[in-house]
This record gives sequence, structure tokens and C-alpha cells, in this order.
Amino acid sequence: MIAKFVEKPVPESIDLKDPALAAFLAWLIPGLGHLYQGRRAKAALFFLCIMGLFVFGLYLGSSNEQCKDSKGKIGYGRAVYFSWKKGERTWPYLCQVCVGLPALPAMIQASRMSHNKKVWWGGFMAPPRPAVRNDQGPNKLQPTLHDLHRVLNRYFELAWVFTTIAGLLNVLVIYDAWAGPMTTTPGGKKGKETESD
Amino acid sequence: MFNLLFADGSRLWNNDLWYALPAIVAVSLVYAATRHERMRPIWLHAGRVAGWIIGFMSIVCVVLVFLSWLT
Repeated sequence: MIAKFVEKPVPESIDLKDPALAAFLAWLIPGLGHLYQGRRAKAALFFLCIMGLFVFGLYLGSSNEQCKDSKGKIGYGRAVYFSWKKGERTWPYLCQVCVGLPALPAMIQASRMSHNKKVWWGGFMAPPRPAVRNDQGPNKLQPTLHDLHRVLNRYFELAWVFTTIAGLLNVLVIYDAWAGPMTTTPGGKKGKETESD
Repeated sequence: MFNLLFADGSRLWNNDLWYALPAIVAVSLVYAATRHERMRPIWLHAGRVAGWIIGFMSIVCVVLVFLSWLT
């Protein structure tokens, strides 16, 4: 009974408008590409699911607690940050950035941190400060990686997992905006039936 | 086994496994939505995918409980 509805191709062709633009919009904000194509229900579903996971991940990577090393506060969205320095490379960010615009503040913060300028927004999505003794730089109150692990504990990893899954799911969404739903091969065993409500 | 599932005897809702729930819901819904265009097949497919994920996680859980019992 369930299989009757589940594995069937789309009956009518979908107007994907400009697929490249839709894919770009889908990357920029999850669901925006589908909204542009007029696929409103899917746009809402993608936005709620992906942004829900991403925001929940940001929440898990946040704390008002004070750091032990730097005496500043941990701040918000600490599990999403970008660093390409040798030994501090953040591979999860390659997945997180697939969420698009919501993950881009991390690039700005990383740029400011690497140029020794004070990070913005209270350190939101800023990379952890290198553990330097008697640091007198503009980011001396920012937490170190040790601070993040000590205060956030397992929630730091959980926040990584949620934000990374959100990014990876948006890759599927970008493909859906580009080429439509991934149905089974037409003419195959499962492709002979047609989808109906 | 009790300690593994209920975090040292604490209440069920304190278990970290609950964090899997939003991830399972989101993953199954998005996966299903990339394979269908209409909402009804999406809900049905998502339910089936969620069932598979929970089933797979349960099997892994049983294996881990068994291994911990052996040690």
C-alpha cells in the first residue's frame, strides 16, 4: 500500500525556470531556489528542516559561561568557524558552508582574526583564539579551543554534527533545485507507475 | 545495559539519544522531498526512511550492548 505512493516518478514536467539561478538561490538560503521555481511546499519544508538543524546546532555551540583561559564569555555559534591554518583546519566548515549565507559570517570572522583585527558580533562564528601566553591582541577575550571544549563539552561536537548535517542536506536540495526530484529510472520495474495524489 | 540506555540510571528524557530525533526527522523529510514532488508521497517516504534509520540505530545499539556485556 505504502509502496504504491513511494517509488514513483513525477507525472508532469516541472518548470525549473533557470536551473543555475535556482541552484545558486538554493545554496544561498535553503528553500529559496524552490520558492523561485514556485515549489512553495518544498521550499517551506527545506527551509524549516535545514535551518532548524543549523540554528539548533548554533544554539548547542553557545554559552554565557566565562572562559578559564581568556576571562571572556564563550558567546554564540562557536561550532561554526573557519580556519585554514596548518594544524587548525576546520574540515566540517566545508560541509557547513553548503548552508550558504547563514554560514558566511564565519569567513568574515576568520579574515578579521587572521588580520589581527577585533572580531565582530561578540565573536559569533569566530574561530577560537590561538593559545598564546599573555596575549594582548584585540581578541584577547575570545575563547581558545581549550575553552570551547571545556565549557561546551560534548555539546561542541553535537553542534558540529547538527550544522554539518544541515550543510550536507542542502547539497541534496541544491541538486533538487537544479534538476528536479531524483526519481527511479523511467522504464524500470519501479518507473512504470505514475505518481498520483 | 540499563546504564548505557538510561545514562547511569537517570531519567529517560535526560538521555543524549534524544538529540538524534530532530536529525532523523530532518534527514528523512529532506531525503524524501528530493525524490518526490507532491507532499503525500514525501510524508510516506519520510516515514519509511525514518523507520529504516531507527531500525539501523537499534541494531547497532543491540550490538554495542552485547559487546559491552561481553567485556
